[in-house]
Amino acid sequence: MAVITPGAPVPAASVRRGRRRPGERVIEGFLVLAAVVSIATTIGIVVSLLFPTVEFFGEVSIIEFVTGTQWTPLFSIKQYGVLPLLVGTLWVTLIATVIAVPLGIGAAIYLSEYARPGTRKLLKPILEVLAGIPTVVYGFFALTFLNPLLIDLWPSDDKPEFQNLLVAGIAMGIMIVPTVASLAEDAMSAVPQSLREGAYALASTKMQVATRVVVPGALSGIVAAIVLGVSRALGETMIVTIAAGLKTDGIPWSPIDGAATMTSFIAGAAQGDLPVDSLDYLTIFAVGTTLFLFTFALNALSIRLVRKFREVYE
Amino acid sequence: MSTTSTPPASHAANPRHRPSLSQRRSRPGEVLFKLALQFCLLVAFAFLVALIAFAVIKGWNRLDPRLWQEMPTGAASRVARAGVQSAITGTLWVIGLTAAICLPIGIASAIYLEEYADNTRWYNRLLELNIQNLAGVPSIVFGILGLGLIARVIGLGFTVITAAIVLSLLVLPVVIIASREALRAVPRSIRQASYALGATRWQTTWRQVLPAAVPGMSTGAILALSRALGEAAPLILLGAVTFIRFNPDSLLSSYTTLPIQIYNLIKEPQAEFQELAAAAIVLLLVILLALNSAAILIRNRFQKRW
Amino acid sequence: MSDPNRKAPDVTDTVSSTRPAPPPVALVNPANRNEGAPRGDDEQVLRLEDVNIFYGDYQAVRGVDMTIGRHQITALIGPSGCGKSTVLRSLNRMNDLIPGARVAGRVTYHGEDLYAREVDPIEVRRRIGMVFQKPNPFPKSIYDNIAYGPRVTGMRVSNMDELVEKALRRAALWDEVKDKRKQSALALSGGQQQRLCIARTIAVSPEVILMDEPCSALDPIATSKIEDLMFELSRDYTIVIVTHNMQQAARVSHRTAFFTAEVDEQGERHGRLIEYDTTNKIFTNPAQKRTEEYITGRFG
Repeated sequence: MAVITPGAPVPAASVRRGRRRPGERVIEGFLVLAAVVSIATTIGIVVSLLFPTVEFFGEVSIIEFVTGTQWTPLFSIKQYGVLPLLVGTLWVTLIATVIAVPLGIGAAIYLSEYARPGTRKLLKPILEVLAGIPTVVYGFFALTFLNPLLIDLWPSDDKPEFQNLLVAGIAMGIMIVPTVASLAEDAMSAVPQSLREGAYALASTKMQVATRVVVPGALSGIVAAIVLGVSRALGETMIVTIAAGLKTDGIPWSPIDGAATMTSFIAGAAQGDLPVDSLDYLTIFAVGTTLFLFTFALNALSIRLVRKFREVYE
Repeated sequence: MSTTSTPPASHAANPRHRPSLSQRRSRPGEVLFKLALQFCLLVAFAFLVALIAFAVIKGWNRLDPRLWQEMPTGAASRVARAGVQSAITGTLWVIGLTAAICLPIGIASAIYLEEYADNTRWYNRLLELNIQNLAGVPSIVFGILGLGLIARVIGLGFTVITAAIVLSLLVLPVVIIASREALRAVPRSIRQASYALGATRWQTTWRQVLPAAVPGMSTGAILALSRALGEAAPLILLGAVTFIRFNPDSLLSSYTTLPIQIYNLIKEPQAEFQELAAAAIVLLLVILLALNSAAILIRNRFQKRW
Repeated sequence: MSDPNRKAPDVTDTVSSTRPAPPPVALVNPANRNEGAPRGDDEQVLRLEDVNIFYGDYQAVRGVDMTIGRHQITALIGPSGCGKSTVLRSLNRMNDLIPGARVAGRVTYHGEDLYAREVDPIEVRRRIGMVFQKPNPFPKSIYDNIAYGPRVTGMRVSNMDELVEKALRRAALWDEVKDKRKQSALALSGGQQQRLCIARTIAVSPEVILMDEPCSALDPIATSKIEDLMFELSRDYTIVIVTHNMQQAARVSHRTAFFTAEVDEQGERHGRLIEYDTTNKIFTNPAQKRTEEYITGRFG
């Protein structure tokens, strides 16, 4: 660049596209490349799931997979019915949801509507730290602390097993409370203050403002938080692997039975030395695909809900 | 409270029937509701306290230098002299590499999406949607990606580098989303001022926008790495579940990590293993707590209020 | 300035025909809308005695004394930051919602101290409603917006449909929305939304309606509709309005209070009441020089 004396007028020059800036192009190229990594990851996931799954269904009929009530790929009589895994997953997810939704939403309402600003500023980060505790820790807690407690307190003689779906579900519920609470609180805080004022000016009590204005106003955001929590519970591995066991021989009709879920089956199967391309090895991918489809649907729902919520207020 | 059912303006019309303001109605529902909400919050925090207290009490006897000086073992007879050293070094290797891989890629993606991309284009919107979706994919599915594609097809095997790549891809959405938020918080006026002085897009980004966004980005980066640090599920599929008795020394070493070693110890029936697991949990939580506090501190101290 | 001989608007006719006859005391020649002569009985609804309002350590308003008469429209005017909105919000204890806000002095409502310990702020807001600067309908249907107040205050309503219709008619909104009562209130225009907010306030039968710059977010046509409505409502309700628009104060109000910000000995700014009189007097022959300067546009 020409030397310019500060203050002196710059000689008139053409503003036509003269200078090329190759550096700029290279940098932009690099940035695009980085952004493509996430697309490549998705493609990688789909590809690594798809091919083994197709291979699996070449040997096991899809009907047997969907309707079979026994999942015993590692036994001598091999059966590939995914229902036991699905039911195990549903039990844990259901129990987790029943615990996490009231606790999470209640905590969120308190933080958003009742807590003083200072209290909220203190508690919200703690909640976020809580959401970051590794799930293996929750698993340990469930197995060695919650479950003995549960067995002690159990009213009937039909005690929960050493590993069971109920305790895994409880631990899972506790685990997703911070996630649900934090996201729901975000949604409630986004409800404009003017609506609260409007409601107060109509002689509402605090509870009425919270339950009739803030919660309905933030509803799609709250539902999105719940859906995301459910999706996390569905895809969580360590708690169930540790606390619910790996039994797969039949549909777990009761939550006090020990049983595998989709995720814990995958984790359990991968720990054995499975020969590559054996049917047993392929089961990991078939179940993985099922799990992926479930969580994909839930995430898509959650993204839609959040978008809908934003449309109302932005 | 008045129970008038008359049409509007009844008060104005009948001022004489105005009940006193001072009849403060007790509202038991209100009190109960607030108590219920406090109870919810209390339960959430009570579990946190119980969880930490339980781990500390249970692991108290094993919270000593053995933890990081000794190697893991699966033999009950040797467990008194065992620790988790290889898991600590393995974690350092894997997380260090993860940071080296996912931070540049994540931040570059965020810069592209926030500063360069025209988000009316379908491909950029797809990119965004893809990242949102990726953030919700279960971690074990990333393990499947690592197992099927990176370890077997690409052939990197069950090594430190495979684990680092998989964890990088796992937390990439977190890094991207946090970095984008940090970039978005930098006011438009700063960019306009820079462009008005004749700076190019990259000059503006590099000299003006990025420095202002660094605190927010580092908070996001730390939170992402602490998520990777606690993650066990994908590594179960990547050959980490063994009592490895040596420290990794290259990208292609076998490895184990703290969460995986904790899982390994929990599986063993003897109480000594459980104690060691609890001690390792305390160590893991201390590291995570330190990282999280650092993140919050950075956020509070350096974040500019525009 | 306004036209003092402006005709009563058409909406008034359609509305009044469906209303029960208003109390006879309220009937004053509507053409003299800004005449300023106190109308109705002389009963004082609200009385402020040496009112000081604080936000934390900061004193926003200092030493306000004024009385607000029944069935009058009282306008609070003044430059921004003069504390007029703060005073308005102290009249139905909306300031309670701001952490650190505190009112010293006495605000009485028919002789009852609004800030006495045993007074229930919810009951206060039941009698003294409020309409805000920006229309803030709930993201619910038009019907549910109106029904909200009666529901939360536990009014025993024999026929909610009827009550909703009455409130909408009273707010001169019925003809525009009668076929879409179940539709979202957010689909209405800004002016319609603001009239909905007024209808919503009327539905709980308050005695006083506070309005905080109700037209500042509206276009002139919507503004004129709201002004007509205010005038119509003043037959049955006591209205206090904060406005930054002097013409509006002159057009609609009976009495006007002029506030301004003053710097005290310690160099702190407080809002103060400078002059309070009939609107006619304030706008034609103010006693204070500062009022005159403001009215004539020389400052603020």
